[in-house]
Amino acid sequence: MADTVDQDATHSNDTLLGADELILNMGPQHPSTHGVLRVKLKLDGERVRGAECVIGYLHRGVEKIAENRTYQQFAPYVDRMDYVAAISNGLGYCEAVEKLLNVEAPIRAKVIRTILTELQRIASHLVWLGTHALDIGALTPLFYCFREREEILKIFEKYCGARLTTHAFRIGGLQYEAYDDFEKDVERFCKDFERRIQEYVDLLTGNSIWIGRTRNVGVLNAADCIALGATGPILRAAGVKWDLRKAQPYAAYDRYQFEIPTGTNGDTYDRYMVRMEEMRQSRLICLQAIENIPEGPIFGKVGKVIKPAPGEIYHSIEAPKGILGYYVVSDGTVQPYRVRIRPPSFINLQALDKMIRGHLVADVVAVIGTLDIVLGEVDR
Amino acid sequence: MSPATQAVLHFLQTWWVELVSGVVIVAVVPLIAGYVVLVERKLMADMQARLGPMRVGPHGLLQPIADAVKLLIKEDIVPQDADSFIFWFAPVISMVAALTSMGALYFGPDFRVAQDINIGILFVIGVSSLGFLGIILGGWASNSHYSIIGAIRSTAQLVSYETAGGLAIICALLLSGTLRIHAIVDAQSDHHVWFIFLAPVAFFTYLVASIAETNRAPFDLPEAESELVAGYMTEYSGFRWALYFLGEYANMIVVASVATTLFLGGWLRPFPNVHWLNWLDLLPALFIALVGIYCIYRAGKQPVKIQVWFMWAVAFACFAVALIFLVPWIFASLKFAILGLNGAFWFLLKVSAYIYVFMWLRFTLPRYRFDQLMHLGWYILIPLAIVNVFSVGVALLLEAEFGWNRWLALIVTTAFTLAIALFLVRSHDKRVAAASSASAATSDSYAG
Repeated sequence: MADTVDQDATHSNDTLLGADELILNMGPQHPSTHGVLRVKLKLDGERVRGAECVIGYLHRGVEKIAENRTYQQFAPYVDRMDYVAAISNGLGYCEAVEKLLNVEAPIRAKVIRTILTELQRIASHLVWLGTHALDIGALTPLFYCFREREEILKIFEKYCGARLTTHAFRIGGLQYEAYDDFEKDVERFCKDFERRIQEYVDLLTGNSIWIGRTRNVGVLNAADCIALGATGPILRAAGVKWDLRKAQPYAAYDRYQFEIPTGTNGDTYDRYMVRMEEMRQSRLICLQAIENIPEGPIFGKVGKVIKPAPGEIYHSIEAPKGILGYYVVSDGTVQPYRVRIRPPSFINLQALDKMIRGHLVADVVAVIGTLDIVLGEVDR
Repeated sequence: MSPATQAVLHFLQTWWVELVSGVVIVAVVPLIAGYVVLVERKLMADMQARLGPMRVGPHGLLQPIADAVKLLIKEDIVPQDADSFIFWFAPVISMVAALTSMGALYFGPDFRVAQDINIGILFVIGVSSLGFLGIILGGWASNSHYSIIGAIRSTAQLVSYETAGGLAIICALLLSGTLRIHAIVDAQSDHHVWFIFLAPVAFFTYLVASIAETNRAPFDLPEAESELVAGYMTEYSGFRWALYFLGEYANMIVVASVATTLFLGGWLRPFPNVHWLNWLDLLPALFIALVGIYCIYRAGKQPVKIQVWFMWAVAFACFAVALIFLVPWIFASLKFAILGLNGAFWFLLKVSAYIYVFMWLRFTLPRYRFDQLMHLGWYILIPLAIVNVFSVGVALLLEAEFGWNRWLALIVTTAFTLAIALFLVRSHDKRVAAASSASAATSDSYAG
């Protein structure tokens, strides 16, 4: 990196016209910063010489709120972090508190949780794909993606009444039994989705403009990913086969067969391919899971008042955007003493400067899109 | 009468046709542009599995008028640090250039817009290019980073693609041997073929260049929404913004008309000289009548009574127009009007098809990046256009001097051009691959 900085310095000195650097303020109100992200870009012509993220516009103090709520009361708040993947947030929190209480949800609850979480992963990736394609200038995939996401949201709505911030799970299991046609709905969606995903592939995968815009753009190799703590599809696109669903199975993932897609270059195109394949794999997990949902109770041995013994626990899951971790400290009362959240978006966003240095302005939006950040989660 | 009045009267007597057509252009083109926007939105909605504007009027048919009213009554904002005179003047340049260039166009054999100019095509191209001045000035005057980047991109894009587009036009001019618009179409009639078949590479080059010239996706970098908010239009609002918008769509109609005139046979029907296909002259009336029948068929399915009435009204309007097209067939004394009416129909059909391709590409393709756009322009399109001009010239020479069959000569030279095109694309791919492997080696990717 030092090498690059030196080059930059000589570059600006050698310019005959003595052109100054242009500071371009991108956001917080900008069509493609995916919320209220503000990026201060240092430009040399259209070439990016540096980027600084300014965050906090959506800070609500979620972690502090946790200290003044009971364990159950705090559960809906986590949905508001990554609001395009609320169910994954809820799963992580519920499992963390269950681990703290040393109880386990019944197997039926676990399987239903897995199905819903995988559907949520597909929905989250669909939002990513649509907005990412829109940022790069392809208008149409967005509407196709939202059409399919709508089907998933309808399943959520039928299951728990909410579509976006669902609060679908409870500490100890589930509050609601799966509705009568749940398996049928999921199966219909999954059967249909294979054909749908082919539409996105037809529109984008082989498109030479798309390849030109994403190949070798925002390269982040494995060493950099690990150094910066980047996880999820970003890490896997760099060739590291690290997925907590396999590495530390939680919920009911150990019951199902699925592949972990990886890339080689760690560029935007690889991340695109990895996420597309992840959608296909999630679809397969759902199909396997609905084949045989075990009978039994849906709620474990958890009392009305949750009062864990003093102690601390760290539990992490593979959210759609990366590793989502909850560090919960109990002091023996009904309220957590501290909840620290490891949000994947926030940590992945660190890589932005490294990824876009030397690229053009147009690549900035491509890289922000490929990072798949949700500002609710970055700012908490 | 005072001399002043006499002078005015004399002026009016001499120029009344031009004055009237000027007023008509200014009055009608905004409306047409508004409806082109509506058609675009409807087409986009259709391709994106949704309905598009549905609220204002039946099927959103009054949406352009509502939009115009909204834009007119919006607050007129001039940024504090903007150069207010240029800021005010720039959109006017854009729109005036687009509208003026329409003046020299022919929409039918006897249906010129304002004036038959002997350098017609040159005038149209030259004046419509002036519109970029408005974009550049607007971007500069806004005193905003997004605007200035958009304006710079626009300048570079103009220089690159106007060249390729101009070279493509030269091919058609070589074939027709004149700059006069009417004569170009007559030449296609004399050659018994549209120039698109004689110079397909030139048509393709012009298609790409004209998309870039009108700032349409995938070359809409000057106003790249997701990157530059709205590019040079970022600081504009209300009516000034509407002027830019109007200029853009008017420009689209201009380039489509130029392409139609040069390559698609203008107002000639398909196979203009094949006499056993003369029944094709009935096609316009038939086509419009079919639209009317479709409206009646759809009328039964409308949920609201007013929409049913509306559909019937549209259907009867269609039948009335179809009848007008049929009248010359019934009364022999009006036979001369067939060519004029049908000419306008075919011309508008071809222009619409050309604009449809624009829209279709916009909804399908992602946007080029700036350096890719420049590479495409300078490494592929311009060399290809130059080679193509050379090829067409050689073909004409072979025909004139060595008595070759024209088709044989053109096929041979087009094959040569395509081989060059293949070579250009290959070498460009190699260069891109080399650049990206170099970028992988150093951390400063895309250097240079």
